[in-house]
Amino acid sequence: MTPDPITDSVLQRHGVTRDEYARIVTMLGREPNLTELGIFSVMWSEHCSYKSSRVHLKTLPTTGRRVLQGPGENAGAVDIGDGLAAVFKIESHNHPSFIEPYQGAATGVGGIIRDIFTMGARPIALLNSLRFGPLDDPLVRRTMSGVVAGIGGYGNSIGIPTVGGEIGFDRSYSGNPLVNVFCLGISRADGIIKGTASGVGNAVYYVGAKTGRDGIHGATMASAEFDDTLNEKRPAVQVGDPFMEKLLLEACLEVMKTDALVGIQDMGAAGLTCSTCEMGSRGGAGVEIDVARVPQRETGMTPYEIMLSESQERMLLVVKKGREAEVEQIFDKWDLHAVQIGEVTSDGRLRVKDHGQVVADIPNKSLTDEAPMYRRPIAKPSYIDAAQQLNLDALGAPPAPRDVFRRLLASPGIASKRWVYRQYDHMVRTNTLLLPGMGAAAVRVKGTSRALAMSVDCNGRFVYLDPFVGAQLAVAEASRNVACAGGLPIGATNCLNFGNPEKPEIMWQFARAVEGMGAACRALDIPITGGNVSLYNETDGSGVLPTPVIGVVGLVENAERIVGRTFRSEGDIVILLGETRNELGGSEFVHVVHDQIRGVPPRLDLVREASLQRLLVDCAATGLIRSAHDCAEGGIAVTLAECCFDTKLGVSVDLAAVPDTPSPYGDTAALFAESASRVVVSVAPAQVTALLAMSASAGVPARQLGRVGGSRIQIAVKGRPVIDEGAADMERIWATAIESWFEQRRAIA
Amino acid sequence: MQARVFVTLKPSVFDPQGTTVAEALHTLGYATVRDVRQGKYFELDIDAATADEARRLASEAADRLLSNPVIESYRIEVTS
Amino acid sequence: MKFAIVVFPGSNCDHDTYHVAKEVLGQDAELVWHKDRSLGRADVVILPGGFAHGDYLRTGAIARFSPIMQEVSTFAAAGGPVLGICNGFQVLLEAGLLPGAMLRNRSLKFRCEFLHARVEQTDTPFTLACRPGEILRIPIAHGDGNYYAEPDVIARLERNRQVIFRYVSADGEVTDDANPNGSVNNIAGICNEMRNVVGLMPHPERACELAVGSADGLSVFRSILKWGRESFNEDTFTTMTASSTVFNK
Repeated sequence: MTPDPITDSVLQRHGVTRDEYARIVTMLGREPNLTELGIFSVMWSEHCSYKSSRVHLKTLPTTGRRVLQGPGENAGAVDIGDGLAAVFKIESHNHPSFIEPYQGAATGVGGIIRDIFTMGARPIALLNSLRFGPLDDPLVRRTMSGVVAGIGGYGNSIGIPTVGGEIGFDRSYSGNPLVNVFCLGISRADGIIKGTASGVGNAVYYVGAKTGRDGIHGATMASAEFDDTLNEKRPAVQVGDPFMEKLLLEACLEVMKTDALVGIQDMGAAGLTCSTCEMGSRGGAGVEIDVARVPQRETGMTPYEIMLSESQERMLLVVKKGREAEVEQIFDKWDLHAVQIGEVTSDGRLRVKDHGQVVADIPNKSLTDEAPMYRRPIAKPSYIDAAQQLNLDALGAPPAPRDVFRRLLASPGIASKRWVYRQYDHMVRTNTLLLPGMGAAAVRVKGTSRALAMSVDCNGRFVYLDPFVGAQLAVAEASRNVACAGGLPIGATNCLNFGNPEKPEIMWQFARAVEGMGAACRALDIPITGGNVSLYNETDGSGVLPTPVIGVVGLVENAERIVGRTFRSEGDIVILLGETRNELGGSEFVHVVHDQIRGVPPRLDLVREASLQRLLVDCAATGLIRSAHDCAEGGIAVTLAECCFDTKLGVSVDLAAVPDTPSPYGDTAALFAESASRVVVSVAPAQVTALLAMSASAGVPARQLGRVGGSRIQIAVKGRPVIDEGAADMERIWATAIESWFEQRRAIA
Repeated sequence: MQARVFVTLKPSVFDPQGTTVAEALHTLGYATVRDVRQGKYFELDIDAATADEARRLASEAADRLLSNPVIESYRIEVTS
Repeated sequence: MKFAIVVFPGSNCDHDTYHVAKEVLGQDAELVWHKDRSLGRADVVILPGGFAHGDYLRTGAIARFSPIMQEVSTFAAAGGPVLGICNGFQVLLEAGLLPGAMLRNRSLKFRCEFLHARVEQTDTPFTLACRPGEILRIPIAHGDGNYYAEPDVIARLERNRQVIFRYVSADGEVTDDANPNGSVNNIAGICNEMRNVVGLMPHPERACELAVGSADGLSVFRSILKWGRESFNEDTFTTMTASSTVFNK
């Protein structure tokens, strides 16, 4: 192989630093050729190697008695009893969704689904966590429309229900939307298949769509900020084919039943390159392939292009000796063509040939385990101390509660997302126990008496104001949502969305958030089984709110005891578990009324949070409560309103005064503070005593607030009425807010 | 031979996609666009000796598969 | 009764339909691959929902050419009961087993939600156990449910009582608000002239257990079981066309 000249501009285009290049030369014992440089550039990109984040991610808790598979594979897995496992992960597809919203989001969905079924699990549920800029920006509306249509287009077509999620809005996401997609599947606990290549001489097969030039350098694009050369980056976005993926999914699951596979991995970021070297690396083996055998959609593709292509819907399989014909036959039934492209070797190297000539020859480990790992400099940001100051007195008298109430219900972060989830098939597979809209999603596990509850959450404002506490609050919120439905949290996955890690202030946010997340997961006994990091979410130097999204999965022992969020019957008693404090820092109130992100996030007592969650799970199991909805953005006033929506019921409650609150803000704090560890439950009158007793022995503060009934939302503070609105009127404001941004005749471009 | 098949909705059929495109063009300032009908376009690369043969094949393809006669009509152009 | 549920590449609701037939109703059910050439002594054939062939070209346009569709046509011509749900309805339309065609929803968006469908006629194998005018709370999930046929065809359908399900409000009113996709006359489902082939856009198989939100869809499945019992009792199984005599009673 004659080395090609590697100039600085070539290195820059590949996102490889001079130092990294020197390392490559050392590892190879020679200069790399262009194809090899391309391979290193994608495997050592931030997106594939996690080079800026690995050092911090290692501190997260990843083990537990239920963990069957922790980080390191295509997805994580936890034991859910009955010989079954829940296999799940969350992934981001942020940068492509800005460039081409529909396909960016669609291929994000496609990618995470493959990560699940490649482990041998049938995907049964999808969630997503999205962030957009303010809706008064036509480009934002176009992005959001495209993303929602893309998620629906892919998920609906492949027949996996999108059962829930969350959507947030903030200026900082305008040029950097976040599209995080979570998928969960079910497999036999002993049927989890790894992405491993082993057994010298075993055949390496390629199946799925033909390889084209799409997405080349997608991995490096995801690791770079956007700037004015954006339009040139267009070719790096792939087009998804959910029909092809449906065929792949069914065929692969059928093949997996035969036990003919040694290992299997999907070709996602960095396509053929990533799947071959990772499988080799995991199995301690080498992989040799000939790109001439790779099915190609376009003519004249070079080995470089074939190895870096990110064409979608392709899988790499290692087949046990003698079982090749069997495997090919199953794929043929589904009109898929499985082609042998290489074999497993013993030398631990990735060897790529082109018509028999070696064009790349690299030790697998140098691409994976030995990829650079950086401990980037961190520095506490200069904005934080000032931002944490929230002087209520200085803000002047607050607006009247009824006005704030209406504005909060209409605020896109709080308003009904029905315009969105109505575009998702959330019922296919007939497992959906809770319709989307609020709180955790819940799906039953057919063949068992169990169900799984799941939620994805993160409040970026809290993380911005205090990354350590903010990340803990995210873990608390997600697991609390799951517990409200009656699910015991048993595992989590995280998607860490941050700005440019080369900036010490961003890296500080990242490091602190990971610390906080780890501490919360330990305290709540929730292992993290895998996840994703998305860095460089910045445009022209301006970055997103630090947004570490956490997806928590909970096990509900009795699917018939799932608890919903809304009130059920007239006369039920409304009880608050937890306490409200004067905590308006980072709240929706301050954001909506004063257009600011200020203050310190609400305090979190993890011991109390754990007690609350255990209590909720116990209450659900005994059928003691009729509904449970946690307090989040907008405070308890919004929670109470949401409990009434879609029920034709009203509510009448009397809240306690909030201690230590400057008097003009007394009502505001009582209604709209976002204190953590609070849940509004409703119980039949006959069960009140039992619930209060259970709370007391669990050490959870509980207070009767009032009752369900009438047709109005009536909230008093210490006996004094402060909100008295027709429930139907409030529901209309909440239900139409987002819809009205899209259904009216507004400019679309 | 290359056959180009243009499939469009019959005039009597409501075309919400075409209407939406027309409205979008209007908001972009193209007030003189009176109406838009959206259809489908197929390019068939055919192994045929004559243009007539290609046209015949394309018509059959259009009748049987490419268009739904209940709601669509089509026309064909052939080039070599 | 033996249910044959056809599986096209891209079908998704085959599992759900099978679950209802087998687990909920305790009947004999089989998934039949689209390339098979036999329906295997089925008593009733269901074409399930999903995205056969990715809905590429047009919904159902490619699936109608699958080998199994020959068998389905023969079965239908002999009077066998055939139910097309959502994508299945679209396949029946493209195959010419039912008149008309499907257009994109007028909102141009996929729509998934519970709604109300009124049973217009109870003399089909799939509505035999329903009350005339019964309102079923069942979900839809489709992007192309806007049923269309030329005015004279629509007039004939209405005259011949071939409209079997109609979208209505919770109170049973046929309103535009209650129409999720713009279909002509709020048509949600129709039957053929022989009244043995029924297609509907809503998903009854998604409303057969209260746990998932509604059990109203069971009426459709109970109907076919009732039809089966009455057909067998009358000993008219082999001459399905005589099913019309059952309805005339």
